[in-house]
Amino acid sequence: MILYDYILSPSCYRVRLLAALIGRRLDLRAVDLHPGQEHLSEPMLALNPAGTIPVLTDDGLVLTESTAILTYLAAHDAPAWLGEDTPAMRARVAQWLAFAQRLTDSAGAARAHDMLLAPGDIDALRGQATQALRELEAALSAARRRGESFLAGNRPTIADIACFPHVALAPDGGLPLDPYPSIRLWMRAIRALDGFIEMPGIHRLHELKPEPGPMPEVIRKEQA
Amino acid sequence: MSELGAMRDQWYPVGMTKQLTAQGRDTLLMGEPIRVALAGGAPSVTDGTGRALPVIDRFGHVWTSLGQPEKDLFTIPEVDQPGRRLVDVGVCRVRCSPLRAVENFLDIAHFPFVHTDILGSEPHTEVARYEVEIRDDVDEVWATKVKFFQPQAAKSAEGGITTDYMYRVCAPTCSVLYKTCPPKPGEWDVIALFVQPLTETLCDVWPYMALYDDDAEMTDLIHFQQMIFVQDRSVLENQLPALLPLDPGREIPTRADMTSIAYRRWLKRHGFTYGAQLVAA
Repeated sequence: MILYDYILSPSCYRVRLLAALIGRRLDLRAVDLHPGQEHLSEPMLALNPAGTIPVLTDDGLVLTESTAILTYLAAHDAPAWLGEDTPAMRARVAQWLAFAQRLTDSAGAARAHDMLLAPGDIDALRGQATQALRELEAALSAARRRGESFLAGNRPTIADIACFPHVALAPDGGLPLDPYPSIRLWMRAIRALDGFIEMPGIHRLHELKPEPGPMPEVIRKEQA
Repeated sequence: MSELGAMRDQWYPVGMTKQLTAQGRDTLLMGEPIRVALAGGAPSVTDGTGRALPVIDRFGHVWTSLGQPEKDLFTIPEVDQPGRRLVDVGVCRVRCSPLRAVENFLDIAHFPFVHTDILGSEPHTEVARYEVEIRDDVDEVWATKVKFFQPQAAKSAEGGITTDYMYRVCAPTCSVLYKTCPPKPGEWDVIALFVQPLTETLCDVWPYMALYDDDAEMTDLIHFQQMIFVQDRSVLENQLPALLPLDPGREIPTRADMTSIAYRRWLKRHGFTYGAQLVAA
């Protein structure tokens, strides 16, 4: 599988993250989106007339929507990530995949504006993103009261992976996450997953690393 | 205008030469609206009143000044060495003081924690003693004999190496670092940070590199540096106080911060205080 990729793109990171979590090796092709505008070059437009990345190609299949790519990777290698196979749960996952697009169009666009000087009405974008973050906070808070840590049940699914990057990077677009305690706990649960990988702006959980050893003052006391 | 002080007469990057258009791009330089455009095949910069500002086209970027610079823009002689790949990394905007952006670039101690497993890793966190001086003949801050263990020092590095560094502050918002060049021992890779001060707490950062690397794709070189810089960005946006303190008392430096201390002294000596704060301890 070939992924046309950009290191700073949260939508590309969705795909890299799921691939890492399920152990799928991807052949990465770096696209010079910024500053080179390579996604608008002739070969890239031939691959995806919409001029967006990520693009995943596999054996004649060309996928240009990151949520569709997540669906494909999960169905291909790790169906548990599609969510429980019941009508209600499959629909919940689909609902969150659609919601993820709202995050891309609001928080993602605010970040592109603030960081890479992309055009956009920043106040309107932040307003839409705040609305989406409040909805997510309410849903995750309700899930926690049901004893669930993730968006669709008690295990992570592609719904979580689709929503996570733009939420975690919202502060890059001037949207602090301080008001959303349930979102922060949910992000922590995702960052603690085996095989989790980071992207610029999303750090790993340093506190999960092995203990650093005795603190200096303890050593001094022991020597005294 | 007086609050710009001595910084008014300095050179600043305001765009990539390759991206210039006849229509131009509206931006800010220390609060002053400016337009950067291509006029008759050459870069031109005008201020809010249409007045033409001085222009230099160097290192792939357009440079200008709101005042009358006494000195030419600094040079980086290594850039002209044959065989180097010159990399325009592209702009990244950061909500921080332009001086804080430069100061972070001079810091080594954060590598294991912010650029984990790339420019540093735990437990190799010690910053060994290095030398810092303000060179009066060239009026620049230099840090030399800097050494640090790095898991992946450059796109071209394979496995961990102890990397040698030299740092140079050659303008109030510009720094150049020289580091071990894995494919060409004996030569230095050159990485520069050109910072355009938009306001005292907002800047556009234009990283630039001159590397010996015959193997990597240009896109991979660009993305490696963008990855490193964007790892720094959220840290920079959360630093307090937002303005860089030039007087001791607000922050307590350690030995690893010697370059930062010299940079702050040099800024203060010259009255380069846009983006800084002067507070008695």
